[in-house]
Amino acid sequence: MNPNLISNELLIEMYKKMLTIRRFEEKIAQLFAQGLIPGLMHLYIGEEAVAVGACMNLRKDDYVTSTHRGHGHCIAKGGDLKKMMAEILGKATGYCKGKGGSMHIVAPEVGIVCCTGIAGAGIPIAVGVGLSIKLRNTDQVCACFFGDGASNTGAFHEGINLASVWRLPVIFICENNYYAISVPFVKAFNIKDIAVRAQGYGIASAIVDGMDVLAVYEEVKKAVQRARAGMGPTLIECKTYRFRGHHEGDPKMGLMYRSEDELREWMKKDPIVKLKMRLINDGTLSEREINEIEKEIDAKIKEAEEFAINSPYPPLDAVKEDLFIGG
Amino acid sequence: MERRELDFAEAVREAIKQEMQRDSRIIIFGEDVGYFGGLFGCTKGLQQEFGEERVRDTPISEAAIIGTAIGAALTGLRPIAEIEFIDFIGCGMDQVFNQLAKMRYMSGGQLKLPVVIRTPCGSRYPIACGAAQHSQCLEAWFIHTPGLKVVIPSTPYDAKGLLISSIRDDDPVLFIEHKFQYYARRQPWIRERYPKLIEYVPQEPYTIPLGKADVKRDGEDVTVIATMMMVHKSLRVSEALEKEGISVEVIDPRTLVPLDKDTIIKSVKKTGRVIIITEENLTGSVASEILSIIVENAFDYLDAPIKRVCAPDVPIPYSPVLEREVIPQEEDIEIAIKQMVGV
Ligand SMILES: Cc1ncc(C[n+]2csc(CCOP(=O)(O)OP(=O)(O)O)c2C)c(N)n1
Ligand SMILES: [Mg+2]
Repeated sequence: MNPNLISNELLIEMYKKMLTIRRFEEKIAQLFAQGLIPGLMHLYIGEEAVAVGACMNLRKDDYVTSTHRGHGHCIAKGGDLKKMMAEILGKATGYCKGKGGSMHIVAPEVGIVCCTGIAGAGIPIAVGVGLSIKLRNTDQVCACFFGDGASNTGAFHEGINLASVWRLPVIFICENNYYAISVPFVKAFNIKDIAVRAQGYGIASAIVDGMDVLAVYEEVKKAVQRARAGMGPTLIECKTYRFRGHHEGDPKMGLMYRSEDELREWMKKDPIVKLKMRLINDGTLSEREINEIEKEIDAKIKEAEEFAINSPYPPLDAVKEDLFIGG
Repeated sequence: MERRELDFAEAVREAIKQEMQRDSRIIIFGEDVGYFGGLFGCTKGLQQEFGEERVRDTPISEAAIIGTAIGAALTGLRPIAEIEFIDFIGCGMDQVFNQLAKMRYMSGGQLKLPVVIRTPCGSRYPIACGAAQHSQCLEAWFIHTPGLKVVIPSTPYDAKGLLISSIRDDDPVLFIEHKFQYYARRQPWIRERYPKLIEYVPQEPYTIPLGKADVKRDGEDVTVIATMMMVHKSLRVSEALEKEGISVEVIDPRTLVPLDKDTIIKSVKKTGRVIIITEENLTGSVASEILSIIVENAFDYLDAPIKRVCAPDVPIPYSPVLEREVIPQEEDIEIAIKQMVGV
């Protein structure tokens, strides 16, 4: 990879996006601790480089399928922070009018067409999106995010095989954070890399450092180019780690089933710190500019928070709406 | 001697533990079941006591979890398979309704399937709003599938006795645990409101036969048939209404397959008024089935049309105000009872 090929604007954009996700999630953690959030929250802190590196390659009209840990995907794809925050607080002004919540935020206007809490369930759905792209003859692609845990479901195997057989423009992005709730990778896999499974289905694959946004960006770029050119799907395994518990409220941030040393080692690889150091060392951004970016992002998060808190809950009549078109 | 009290999860855990001590053929597996001891602590300490061979963590592979239980049961083991939330059982549903439920019958009775599938269900409002894919009550799917026994306890005492019976049963049992019932120790207001969620449970193993309903409260004016959390809500409402001179009988069927029709019919004949209260979506529900049975067997004894209090036919919405609206609340139960007795 020749990093000089990436423009400074793009690097700054990546930095801003990752930091926005981080700050958004930190705000959620804080609101959760204050008892202001009614539902379960699976935060993306630590994994920001995956969503951002991947989505920087996508156009607005490209598609994404997302997961229970989906806030990062939504922000990276250009989702509206206010509508996200409102949804998470269960408010009428949220993306799904308060009916979906954190695990089901879809934002069709930016291409997020599926966000499911059932592990692996988004994989075959992404295959269908790929089929539609192919039959409609566009050059769109679909990025399908899922965890290491989800890649042990039948849906993963059935979906990837079909995408391969039909040569569909889907990029399967496995966020391998080494845990499915408490179950560590080694207890659920007898292989070192999930990416090797691509061979079994005859598709391209890659293993990437998911803590390095540029590495993710470069690898997904190649996969997107292949997909747009009609060369079929790719499985990209991003090695990453969640810095918080499986969900907010997971006792001791997950230290019941993973070691403090392990957590500390991964936190040293913080993708945001890494990019920030690079931007400063390169002279791309000054300390002052970095501070300004932070302030700008904090203001946006604050605006989203205030919007969400001041928004009304949905009216009770909403219960019966939206089951079918027209009521 | 002080009477020891257990909460729901502790009673479940004790049943599994004592049965595993008694019978080395019993194994248990599922997601987060082993080292972590289960998302709700129901298997805490079991892996330390019985080892990793008998208490296993699995990948996220519901079809494999249920299928593995079937294969092991066919060949001499007595597996307990845990599906982390009932909402995820769809991923392994073929193994449940085409394999597990049918194998004995299809084989002309040659095969024996001593499998227990344990799985939590239900709404956790207002503790944690789980939305459409983490809050469902799906017991009706399974009573519609001949070949499965379906157990839905509401109290720690019942949970222990029924789980031991389920484990000792030679047929497949789906053992459903309402997850709100796990929270009484963590949140004191819950125990205050629903005191039976922590109760005396004998130390020594005991069984409660499958197919035996429990009259949770005697009454004269109206029969309430309720399941799981609705038992607790109905009891609370009934206590309050007693002061207003309304006498409510509360029946918990405890097992849906087999169903204790006799206890239900006997109560209906006594009161002539029936309300069936469950957390499921209304259409095609367990409540509908019980209603049909009453109409077929005790129509002449009814003084008023039977009422069902269930969730409307929509997925569970996330927002707390909407979830509260969908899940039957104590005020819904109170209104239904008052309408039924005409006050
Ligand atoms: C089919 C299914 N089984 C179980 C669960 C419960 N569950 C929720 S998240 C999770 C772990 C998911 O692990 P992974 O796919 O690696 O994603 P991560 O949470 O690590 O981001 C599990 C088991 C579920 N949501 N869906
Ligand atoms: Mg994971």
